[in-house]
Amino acid sequence: MEWGAVSSEGKKVSTVLESRSQRTLSPYDGVIMGADMGGSYGSTLRYKSVERIKPIGKQTLLGVSGEISDFQEILHYLDELIIYDHIWDDGNFLGPKELHNYLNRVMYNRRNKSNPLWNSLVYLGMVGMIGTYYEDNHVVTGFGNHLTRPIMRAEWREDLTFEEAVKILEKCLFVLLYRDRSAINKFQIYKITEEGVTISEPYALKTFWGFSAFQNPTKGAEGSW
Amino acid sequence: MSSIGTGYDLSVTTFSPDGRVFQIEYAGKAVDNSGTVVGIKCKDGIVLGVEKLISSKMMLAGSNRRIHSVHRHSGMAVSGLAADGRQIVARAKSEATNYERIYGEPIPVKELADRVASYVHLCTLYWWLRPFGCGIILGGYDRDGPQLYIVEPSGVSYRYFGAAIGKGRQAAKTEIEKLKLSELTCRQGVIEVAKIIYGVHDEAKDKAFELELSWVCEESNRQHQKVPEDLLEAAKAAAQAALEEMDAD
Repeated sequence: MEWGAVSSEGKKVSTVLESRSQRTLSPYDGVIMGADMGGSYGSTLRYKSVERIKPIGKQTLLGVSGEISDFQEILHYLDELIIYDHIWDDGNFLGPKELHNYLNRVMYNRRNKSNPLWNSLVYLGMVGMIGTYYEDNHVVTGFGNHLTRPIMRAEWREDLTFEEAVKILEKCLFVLLYRDRSAINKFQIYKITEEGVTISEPYALKTFWGFSAFQNPTKGAEGSW
Repeated sequence: MSSIGTGYDLSVTTFSPDGRVFQIEYAGKAVDNSGTVVGIKCKDGIVLGVEKLISSKMMLAGSNRRIHSVHRHSGMAVSGLAADGRQIVARAKSEATNYERIYGEPIPVKELADRVASYVHLCTLYWWLRPFGCGIILGGYDRDGPQLYIVEPSGVSYRYFGAAIGKGRQAAKTEIEKLKLSELTCRQGVIEVAKIIYGVHDEAKDKAFELELSWVCEESNRQHQKVPEDLLEAAKAAAQAALEEMDAD
């Protein structure tokens, strides 16, 4: 359901987070990604069970921010690529680096035709709707760029275990839940290691809204709301 | 079956006085002289097997694949001229992708068989094209369950419970008819197909051969894939044992 040309916005989602932990001493070696499950239509929170992260092939997780229908289109393209490799059946398959290059080209070419795919894509790196891309140990889209980068920069280490990484992600998602009005309290954490992809059940974080300052908000200014 | 169609067999656009198109029949001969291909429909899926005749010891094992996946849920085994087969497989792959792009679901096996048959038939209609010299056994698993089709060089396609084309097809068909297909699982079917192919292989006339086996079944998650290594080895061993038993009699 799109309204118009370039400035149209359909279902949008806000932030996807990802962090990568690497093996030195700990038994864990892989990538985890977390996102909330909300899809808004303008300022209406229309869909509350949107899976914004999808496994692609055997080796990659792809997460998205932005226009959901564009994400579904990208998934169609990728599905064709995956099937093509699968039916060749010669042991070759698409890994994150190949995906990175492919998505980068697709996004950049669309933007050159003034018909962008309105997404920020996250996997082992990030590709934005104007085609900028980079790779990093922790990647974020949307509001997370401003709110959670500092947290991840402070707390990410080379040898995180899975549990520690999840704690960091949850901290970040927490901040976003409190501060980003389009986030909802329903998250999924995706983990990918050599053995494969694990997707957690949707779960909620415990929030606290009982601050005394919230009790009587109009105390200092009668008549305001 | 063979008759010389002098004068009426020079072009695929010529009928003989008794209503046959000899070029198409000759194309069928190309299939009949190549390695046996067997397909069976078990109660939970399809098994395809190929007797891949090896012309030289220098060839790498596992090369020159004769069984190809056309989509996640279906595959084809080719007998006859290998290059012609490649062309048909490429066309089938593109038909499958096209169907999914338009209709959003994997191509039903019947539809795929129809399209492949149409394509093969196309090449029997024009004097500047020659018919494909290969026979296809197509197996897939869709909403209507597992299905098995043969596409012949004439462009006809029929659905089967069990099918064989190539050199040893008569003997293979006899063996298949002995099987109780509705009670076999694909795991058992794989062993049976291996036995059949080893059984019909003519040691005297042909030298070495490689066995290629694939399946689409519940166990493979309804995806077409090569039979897993361990099962393949078990099937080969069982087939060898059965052969030795027969020789011992």
